[in-house]
Amino acid sequence: MTGHGGGTGDAPAVRPGAPATTGTSAAPVASGAPDASAPSAVPASGFGAFVARARAAGALVVQPRMGMADPLRMRDGLRATRDADAVTVGTVTLDSYTRTGDLEAARRALAEGVGLNGYPIATHPADTTRAVLRGIADARFPVQVRHGSAMPEHIVRALLAVGLDATEGGPVSYCLPYSRTPLREAVTAWQRSCELLASTREYGASPHLETFGGCLMGQLCPPSLLIAVSVLEALFFRQHGLTSVSLSYAQQADPRQDEEALTVLGRLAGELLPDVDHHVVLYAYMGVFPRSPGGARLLLEDAARLAVRAGAARLIVKTTAEAHRIPTVGENLRALETAAAAAADERARPALTAGAPGPCAVDTGIEAEARALIGAVLELDADVGRALVRAFAAGYLDVPYCLHPDNAGRARTSLAPDGRLLWSSVGSMPIAGIADGGGPRPPILGSAGLITALSHVQRTYDDRAADPPRTPLPPPPTPVPPRTTSTPRRELGLTTP
Amino acid sequence: MEQHAVEQHGKAEPTGLEVVVTTMASDSHTWNLVFLQLLLEELGHRVTNLGACVPDELLVAECRRIEPDLIVLSSVNGHGFNDGMRVIEALRARPELARTPTVIGGKLGISGSGTPARQRALLTAGFDGVFEEGGSVLDFQSFVGSLPAAASRTLPAGSGVLL
Repeated sequence: MTGHGGGTGDAPAVRPGAPATTGTSAAPVASGAPDASAPSAVPASGFGAFVARARAAGALVVQPRMGMADPLRMRDGLRATRDADAVTVGTVTLDSYTRTGDLEAARRALAEGVGLNGYPIATHPADTTRAVLRGIADARFPVQVRHGSAMPEHIVRALLAVGLDATEGGPVSYCLPYSRTPLREAVTAWQRSCELLASTREYGASPHLETFGGCLMGQLCPPSLLIAVSVLEALFFRQHGLTSVSLSYAQQADPRQDEEALTVLGRLAGELLPDVDHHVVLYAYMGVFPRSPGGARLLLEDAARLAVRAGAARLIVKTTAEAHRIPTVGENLRALETAAAAAADERARPALTAGAPGPCAVDTGIEAEARALIGAVLELDADVGRALVRAFAAGYLDVPYCLHPDNAGRARTSLAPDGRLLWSSVGSMPIAGIADGGGPRPPILGSAGLITALSHVQRTYDDRAADPPRTPLPPPPTPVPPRTTSTPRRELGLTTP
Repeated sequence: MEQHAVEQHGKAEPTGLEVVVTTMASDSHTWNLVFLQLLLEELGHRVTNLGACVPDELLVAECRRIEPDLIVLSSVNGHGFNDGMRVIEALRARPELARTPTVIGGKLGISGSGTPARQRALLTAGFDGVFEEGGSVLDFQSFVGSLPAAASRTLPAGSGVLL
């Protein structure tokens, strides 16, 4: 929820007058959020409670993506995450055989020692996984399972069996972009999975579920659709019994557009989920990543600063290895600490926050588009799952460049030179004319244009890393912050294989 | 055709190839597939894009149904080598696909760029080309360019004229 720390006068040490969520009509809506709403909705323990406590203390929670097939290495990774110089939560990322439900392939790969790209939680005996977590995962260090499955019941059963109760995904966000499962089946499977997860509340647990709807394809999806799907998935989770959720949004290519988007997401979440513990989680860029360690680091630092400015409570980091391979624990650790340091630095920037109104005071129509999309979907059916299925069938929701047969596939996007995402075509989505100002839409991309757009962020940040003084930060003519100059060089030495 | 999000881009030439673009069962990535479809269509070829997480049986069934001039397997999740070795065996086991030009590319292992040993193993297993990350698009284009145009072929697909 944005607006946390956005209130004036309270807890100045936390966030001195953050401009991102105030100064607009958002203020009245957001004002009740930070401390007033917390006691009513926030559970006493669990993942959501941990994040709420960190937020109250003024810290951005940072989290890696991390999963290794070997239990001992998985345990070492979790321990290192816990012991990082940052407020962290742990992650067990699953391998893609487990994700797709091919447990036989996961078992075979383990038996034959073939490399797996994550932790096979449904294949290792539950006792093994309990031993991985023992003495590490607890109320002070919650661990979330990240998977990517359109049909996650086997995963939810496996994580509950080892004492975990936090995971992520969604009936749309883990179906359309990442599977060929019919949407209707994914909705049914996610409904059962939500109910299974929520059933642990009977035993005093506080299960937590995060939407992945703020990512959709990772890049080239305009913010309004990301926000709409994230909010709709959170409403789906609530309908099926979850009382602690988080809403995701993935960093895109223009910080101003992202700041506006995160502010809108927080506002809509506050409005539509008033009775549920919730927070906004930002994903560091999910598209084609800078190749240079310096570029990757700058992009991550921008994500952390964005999270602080726009009131996200948690950030999932990316590492300097992202463009090349699955990161090591050490690379993840450095990413966590880099992000935490950048967040603290951003929070301590009184000059900028107290000064000119934040750039996100500009309203480019993201909120109007997101409201139109959410409203159109919710009108289709009182049941959120059925409404989602009907919405995709009607093309009211249409994920650009998504190949899934249940996606209408008529929406297209492109990237302005400054990184702003634009619709080239909205297909049948009910947002024509809302944000385009009546001007001509940018042309449909071909293969070369697509590659240029997909690599825009990579190119921009690699260039910035190669030429640091041009860092286009508006505020002070301070020479160059020591951190951005010295560290990339150090990282070069450390990360070059 | 409309089933897939990326509509025909550019004009398919009469001499264009019939191409199946696909990934494998465990791989959920699709940008690589979207790009390959656009690229091949701009070169005048017709593409059937099978999308994410294609099970082996579906992959083989679609290729048997379409009898393409070229099969392009693309994978970036790190399981590509393992999955590719299995899939090529299944494809080559079908008489009508035994000689269909079939290539694989992307990020095929979980630890960085390809090794010569990995490439050799894939070629030995039956692939006609291996295009691992890093400047391989041009190599791929020239491979595609080296294939005989569809209309000029007098023999049905898989008759052994190519290799």
